Amino acid sequence: MNRRTLLASAAILAATAAAPAFAQDDPVKAGFIYVGPIGDGGWTYEHDQARLAVEEEYGDQVETVYQESVPEGADATRAITQMALSGADIIFTTSFGFMDPTVEVAAQFPDVKFEHATGYKTADNVSTYSARFYEGRAIQGHIAGSMTETNKVGYIASFPIPEVIRGINAAYIHAKKVNPDVEFNVVWAYTWFDPAKEADAARALIENGNDVILQHTDSTAPQAAAQEAGDVITFGQASDMSEYGPEPRVSSIIDNWAPYYIDRVGAVIDGTWESQQVWHGIDEGMVEIGEISSAVPEELKAEALDLKERIASGEYHPFTGPINRQDGSEWLAEGETATDETLLGMDFYVEGLTGEIPN
Amino acid sequence: MIRLEKRRQPSTFWSAMAPLMAVLLTMIVGGAMFAALGVDPVAAIRTIFWDPLFNPQFASYSRPQLLVKAGPLILIAIGLSLGFRAGVWNIGAEGQYIMGAICGAGAGLIFYPSESVLIFPLMVIAGGLGGWVWAMIPALFKTRFGTNEILVSLMLVYVAESILASVSSGLLRNPEGMGFPGSRNLAQWDASANRELISGTGMHWGVVAAFIAVILAYVLLSRHILGFQVRLSGAAPKAARLAGVSPARIVIFCLGTAGALAGAAGLFEVAGPAGQISIDFNSGYGFTAIIVAFLGRLHPVGILFAGLLMALTYIGGELAQLMLGVPGASIQLFQGMLLFFLLGVDVFTHYRLRPTAREAA
Repeated sequence: MNRRTLLASAAILAATAAAPAFAQDDPVKAGFIYVGPIGDGGWTYEHDQARLAVEEEYGDQVETVYQESVPEGADATRAITQMALSGADIIFTTSFGFMDPTVEVAAQFPDVKFEHATGYKTADNVSTYSARFYEGRAIQGHIAGSMTETNKVGYIASFPIPEVIRGINAAYIHAKKVNPDVEFNVVWAYTWFDPAKEADAARALIENGNDVILQHTDSTAPQAAAQEAGDVITFGQASDMSEYGPEPRVSSIIDNWAPYYIDRVGAVIDGTWESQQVWHGIDEGMVEIGEISSAVPEELKAEALDLKERIASGEYHPFTGPINRQDGSEWLAEGETATDETLLGMDFYVEGLTGEIPN
Repeated sequence: MIRLEKRRQPSTFWSAMAPLMAVLLTMIVGGAMFAALGVDPVAAIRTIFWDPLFNPQFASYSRPQLLVKAGPLILIAIGLSLGFRAGVWNIGAEGQYIMGAICGAGAGLIFYPSESVLIFPLMVIAGGLGGWVWAMIPALFKTRFGTNEILVSLMLVYVAESILASVSSGLLRNPEGMGFPGSRNLAQWDASANRELISGTGMHWGVVAAFIAVILAYVLLSRHILGFQVRLSGAAPKAARLAGVSPARIVIFCLGTAGALAGAAGLFEVAGPAGQISIDFNSGYGFTAIIVAFLGRLHPVGILFAGLLMALTYIGGELAQLMLGVPGASIQLFQGMLLFFLLGVDVFTHYRLRPTAREAA
C-alpha cells in the first residue's frame, strides 16, 4: 500500500464516519397526507393544527410537509410514495381509506416510519392510531336525548365503517337512557367532506322534524344549516366549531392529535420509534369535550360533565350491558362491557335503532 | 372599435395554436397566482411541468405514473370524443366507468381463488359490457323517447355511485375484511391483477388499451365511412340525414363505444392502480376525461397529448404541494385555467378581430 492509497482510504474512512453525524444534524422530516382541505374546520383542520404543534415543539429539529385533499385510492398511493421519495422520515396518513396504500408504500420504504389513522393493518414500520370517539358520542347522546323536544335526532353518517357505527350506537344508547321515546334518523352521506351534500342532509333532517343534528362528516355546513333553520341543536365534529355557539352548537368532540404527533415525531428524532397500535380516549386527552354552551340547562351540563369524568376515570364504559343487538339477540349481559375487539369490528346496530346499515 | 367577425373557414393556424397559447397563458396567469400566494412563480411552474419528468429525486417514479394517470383519461376521452363530434353529449362517463369496474370485478371475484389465466380477459370483457349497458340506457331513452342524453347520462352517475356504495359494503365486500367496506384486493390476486407489463414504465393493460384506442379512433375517423358519418352528423345534421345516415344508429354507436371504453378503463383501474372496489375508488376520471377530450380538440392524437398534459399537471401539482407548500385548491384553479384559456383562445379559430369603421360604431 503506497502513500496515496493510504490517504485515499483514510479519506473514505473519514467520510463514512462523518456521514451519520451529518445525518443527525438534518432535521427530521414529518409528512402528513390529508383527506380534506386544511380549512375544512373539522377533521383535517385538527390534524393540521397538530402538525403545527409538532413544528412548535421541535423547531429547527423538524421540517413538516403536507398534501391536502388526497383522494382515497390510487392517487393516495402516489401521494404517499412521492412524500417518501422527498425524504420524509415519518408519514402520517390521516384517513381510513389510506390503509392499503399506506401498507403498500411502507413495504417499499422500510426505513420510513408510517402512522395510519383509524385503520387496523400494521407492519414493522406501520403503526395505527385512533381515538375513542364513542366516549364523546355517549356524552352527546345524553345531551341530545335530554334536549330534543320532537324526540327525533338526526344523524349525518359518512361511511358504514365500524368507527361510524360505534358512534351511532354510543349516542343512541345514551339518548335512550334519558329519553325512552327518542328516535334516531341516520342519513348516509358517503363522504367525509362535501359541504353541499352535508348541508342538504341536515336540511332534509330538519324538515322532517329532527331538532338535534349529530354529524360524522367534517365540514361546518350542517352547523350553518341548523343555524339558518333555528330551534335546532348541533355538536361540533372533530373540531370545536365554537363559531356556531352557543346555539345551534351546544358542545363538541375535539380530536386532539398534538400530544400523539409530538410523541411519535420525538421517537423518530431519538431513534426509539416502534410499531404499535394506539386507541386513546378522553382519559389520555385524544378526545376532548368542547365547552358545553349556555343553551344547555345547568343541571344537564353537570350530568354531562359527570358522565365525562366517569368515562375518563374508567369507572363507566359507554358500552355496558345489558345491550341487545338490533335483531333482539343478546350482545352484552348485565354489567358486561364490550371488548375492544368487538368494538373495532362493530358492524351492527343496537336494539331500538331503526333502519339498516347499508350493505 | 374592434369587433369579432366569423371566419368563413375555421382557421387551421389558430386551431393548432390554441392549445399552446392556452398552456402559455395558464403559465403566465397561474404564475401570477402563485406569486400572489407568496410562492416563487418560476419554481412553481418548473415543479409542475418539469420536475415530474426530469427531477432526479422523483422522475424515475413519477414518469411511469404519468402513464398510469393518463391511461384511463385517454381511454375514456377517446370514447367521449366520438360522441362529441357527432353531437351526442355523454356526460355520464363517470357512471359507465364505475359500472364497468363493478361488473368486471364481480365477474372475476365469482371465481376467487381460482388461478385461471382466463379470469383477467373475462374481467376486461365484463367491464366493457358493464359500461356499455350503462351507456345504452341514455342511448335507448334518446332514440325511443327523445329524452336528453346529457341529463339521463349525468343522473345515472349518481345511481352508479349508489350502487357502488351498496356493493362495496355488501355484495362484493371482502369476507376477510373485518366488516370494513371494500372488495378483495384484485391487484394482489394473481389471476386478476392488472400488472405493470414492463417494470418501471407504468405500462399496464389499460395504458396499452388506451394507445390502441387512439390508433383505432384515428383510423375510424379518417378512413372509415362510419367515422365520416359521425363527423357529418355533428357538423351538418340535416345533410347527414339527407345522406341516409340514421341518427339513432349514430347515437347508439357513440354512446355504446364511450360506455364500453369507460367501463374497460374502470376495470383496468380497480384491477391495477386502485386495487379494489371501494366506496370512493372513482376519483372523477369520467368527468376529467371530458376536459381531456376538448383539450385534445376531439382529435385522437390531440387527446393522447392532452391526457399526458393533464396527468402532468396532476402529478406536478402534487409535487408543488409537497415541495413548495402551495394549497391544493390552487392546483385545481391552475387546471381550471387551462380549460378556460383553451375555450377562450378557441374563439379565434372561428372568429377574427376586425376594426370597425367609425360611423358604424
